[in-house]
Amino acid sequence: MAYPADFKYTKEHEWIKVDGSAATIGITDHAQNSLGDIVFVELPKLGAEIEQGKAFGTVESVKAVSDLVAPVSGEVLAVNQAVIDAPETVNEDPYGEGWLIRIRLSDPSEVDSLLDVAAYRQVLAEQ
Amino acid sequence: MTHPFLALTDSDLEEMLRTVGVTSVDELFRDIPAAMRLGRSLELEPALSEHELSAHMAELAARNVDTTRELSFLGAGIYDHYVPAVVDTVLQRGEFLTAYTPYQPEMSQGVLQSIFEYQTAICELTGMDVSNASGYDGETVTADACFIAKHATGKTKIVVTEATNPQVRQVVKTYAPGFGLEIVELPHRNGTTDPDELRRAAEGAAAVIFQQPNFFGCLEPAPDLAAAANEAAALPIAHVDPLSLGVLEAPGRYGCAIALGEGQAAGNVPSYGGPHYGFLAARQEFIRRMPGRIVGETVDAAGERGYVLTLQTREQHIRREKATSNITTNQTLLALGGLVYLTWLGPQGIRELGETCLSLAAYAQQRLQEVAGLERVFAERATFKEFAVRVGRNARDVIRDARARGVHPGYALGRDYEGMDDVLLVAVTEKRTPLEIDRLAAVLAEVAR
Amino acid sequence: MKLIYEKSQAGRRASAIPRHEGLPAPEVPAELRRAEPPRLPEVPEFELVRHFTELSTRNFGVDTGFYPLGSCTMKYNPRINERLVGLPGFAQLHPHQEEDGAQGALELEWRLEQILAEVTGLDAVSLQPAAGSQGELTGLMLVRAYFEDRGESAQRRKVVIPDTAHGTNPASVTMSGYELTHVQTDARGNIDVEDLRAKVDEHTAALMLTNPSTLGLFDENIEELERIFHGAGALMYYDGANLNAVCGISRPGDMGFDIVHINLHKTFSQPHGGGGPGGGPVAVRGMLEPFLPVPAVIKRGDGSFGLDFDRPRSIGKVRGFTGPFGVFVRAYAYMRMYGPRLREMSEAAVLNANYVLARLKGVYELPYDRLCMHEFVLSARDMKRDHGATALDVAKRLMDYGFHPPTIYFPLVVPEALMIEPTETETKETLDAFCEAMLAIAREAAASPELLKEAPHHRPVRRLDEVRAARNPVVKYAFEQHPAAEPARPVAAEAPKGP
Repeated sequence: MAYPADFKYTKEHEWIKVDGSAATIGITDHAQNSLGDIVFVELPKLGAEIEQGKAFGTVESVKAVSDLVAPVSGEVLAVNQAVIDAPETVNEDPYGEGWLIRIRLSDPSEVDSLLDVAAYRQVLAEQ
Repeated sequence: MTHPFLALTDSDLEEMLRTVGVTSVDELFRDIPAAMRLGRSLELEPALSEHELSAHMAELAARNVDTTRELSFLGAGIYDHYVPAVVDTVLQRGEFLTAYTPYQPEMSQGVLQSIFEYQTAICELTGMDVSNASGYDGETVTADACFIAKHATGKTKIVVTEATNPQVRQVVKTYAPGFGLEIVELPHRNGTTDPDELRRAAEGAAAVIFQQPNFFGCLEPAPDLAAAANEAAALPIAHVDPLSLGVLEAPGRYGCAIALGEGQAAGNVPSYGGPHYGFLAARQEFIRRMPGRIVGETVDAAGERGYVLTLQTREQHIRREKATSNITTNQTLLALGGLVYLTWLGPQGIRELGETCLSLAAYAQQRLQEVAGLERVFAERATFKEFAVRVGRNARDVIRDARARGVHPGYALGRDYEGMDDVLLVAVTEKRTPLEIDRLAAVLAEVAR
Repeated sequence: MKLIYEKSQAGRRASAIPRHEGLPAPEVPAELRRAEPPRLPEVPEFELVRHFTELSTRNFGVDTGFYPLGSCTMKYNPRINERLVGLPGFAQLHPHQEEDGAQGALELEWRLEQILAEVTGLDAVSLQPAAGSQGELTGLMLVRAYFEDRGESAQRRKVVIPDTAHGTNPASVTMSGYELTHVQTDARGNIDVEDLRAKVDEHTAALMLTNPSTLGLFDENIEELERIFHGAGALMYYDGANLNAVCGISRPGDMGFDIVHINLHKTFSQPHGGGGPGGGPVAVRGMLEPFLPVPAVIKRGDGSFGLDFDRPRSIGKVRGFTGPFGVFVRAYAYMRMYGPRLREMSEAAVLNANYVLARLKGVYELPYDRLCMHEFVLSARDMKRDHGATALDVAKRLMDYGFHPPTIYFPLVVPEALMIEPTETETKETLDAFCEAMLAIAREAAASPELLKEAPHHRPVRRLDEVRAARNPVVKYAFEQHPAAEPARPVAAEAPKGP
């Protein structure tokens, strides 16, 4: 499975791609694979505040529900309607078309506490 | 002697114990500490054979005065409507009766398709987009709806009319503390609810619950009540008589968010209060908050249409503490009875049934009005199949004296409402005849003074 | 197979409603009147019967064959009970009937309560809850009422549940406003006592436990659990789903539990009905009796039976009337046909389960190598790793052998779980046939796993697409698609069923 080197990761299998004061968030290839066919994604509203370490939504397959845990804190700037209309997009392209939300970072230093790709691969190896 | 429901012979026992690797049945329970072993026989009466049991049960049944032994005008939430023979024909099929929840859809297309058909029928009757596969009864589905409303609106106040069934209100109040809800009751005004008062009470509420026809049998100004709730941004929840929906408008057509009620009248015998089924239907936007099972249509690996439980992530076996409800076992068999009944009834039938009830109840009101000492209560209100009548002295005594003459005249409203100790709630279904109604009038003429 | 709506034709009907000449014909006020009739099916009676009969043939019940759904106790439902429940004295009795007109019903309820008190080893019973889940919720409401009465409710906010718990337990905790504390299971399949000790204190309201557990194992430390919980001033709640294992052998009251719910549709033979009805009565230790739902069923000094509504400390009402009476009739009749021989029922259930376990454990992985009670859990984890065949695939292939699959993917602590509960109402021959099928499937998984992957092959439908149903829920018939809207196409009869 692929894990882009320029992303950061969390133990809960979210990825975050930072650009400047904004960031895009999604779930990793491992996450979409473990869930199986995704049937529903619940995302926050525009303008909502998300808090590092707290759930900001859910992703569901037929037999399981997973919380989406915020890797960092911020304000929701955009929500990907494509995954709401066609949840399978997350399975097909978790790092590209399957992005979930874009936020404005409220505390950019929080990114430092996240895992880089090598550390995330290590987490996967230990599972 | 082997019990009729057990099969172990001595040779079975010997071989099975040997395979397991123990020397006695008792050894199988070795993990249970001695202090917790019962160590004696259960103190229960000895086992009865099937025919001894039948005699005992017949003796118990004989001490119940049911509607075949007494002319009854009892209603108040449970009704003596005619249940056709085909209902039992279907419910006694062992493939339905003895199956469990259809978790393995390929083994359960019978149950799944019938639930899909039931869901369709309930949506048709109520004018809603989604129905679940049933809840326990009309009382608990009302509590379920409060939970939906809280999650949908974020508010915790629920307004319920006083003219709603007292047991419904009591169950909602029992569930309220655990759900974190505040329940506010809205008094009736001469037998129905005032929309302006409701509008004011609904300020800041998650939902407003009203009953149609209400507990007094009166027709509420339901579209106005729903509009008042919507103006206050509270969800209108209509608790309805399913058999009234052939002549009364569907709640979904006059602005309600949720429609629910007690299904018993549609296809279940009274059976001293249960088991019956609660139906619960809602607009599309609430589908993911619905409690209980929902069946959806799909295709199989060969492209053929089939049915499965869907949106299971709402339910306890997946969502656990975040589930929309803890409900697992529901009332599927009784809801199947409802589906069979509604299929038997058809659209013509349900309209005629409503018209017949209206007609017979109107005749009963006319006849009782002619009896000296009896007076219609809420006389200006339109009614459906029940109405309230003042009987001149304590209604419980009137019931006793009428029953001594073979007629149960109705429900004593004083049990639930202040100042109504002398008021009876009389229910007239399509099973009643004009002659039976004449008899009611004659008996009340004798006992009501 | 067509839906009943697809067989509907305008102008047909099965019902005939009495009409009377010369009666008033009041009209519903215009603003309340129904504008469009509901699109209920229009079929004659014989089409109705044929339709539902055909539907039933596409369903599998205990009457059809072996149904080892773990945790559900799919035992034989005695047919005499169906005859009894139809007696007019039961079926046609109105719940608002005066007490003197319902003495038979009230006596039946009272006697049923007495039997349940004896079986559970507790003091008082309420029959009101409509199912096990509602019984659990009622039990937690009783816990709350008890602590409110003692002024401790603000302090005691937590309910402890093992990670093997049935999903209804945490869902009930949420519905009753409590907070969840999870406790782990140890390598023997018992609650991890050290984990528990750290988590139980003066903030704990109760433990919710089923014993034997969902792993089918009797908790070896039950005496220590009792000391810990009662020592902290907390209550112990017993989920009676697994009572079929211990009737007449061990009683939850004697194990130390204060509140118990019983599943009348599991242990006591109420038919499952495709998903319900059930019955979830609760039994309690004496100090909780005042909080039970209202009304209480009482026997007076003169020997008559009645309902007591004067219960000021009651939690209130959880269900209409006294509960699902028809379920009481069946459960009571069943218990009267066993009497003290309920013990033999449990012994047979436990023996049957251990027999199947002994025959399968060499081939399927057994996570906890102990004797089981009435059910046990296997894992298909090795099969998945070695051959790619999962518990789901095993379940689907069992259908081709004519058996209903066991429960799968529960409890959550066992990966690729298969939870098997044979019950006592099975002959050794049936158990052997099931074991042969499971062993054959294990061989197929190694030699030709596609047989499992593409199963079932011989049911009315092939494997169904649940993803599609969840992504795009279609939950009612779309009337615009009625066949009358398009010309009829002939539909071939289904292929004959396999071996």
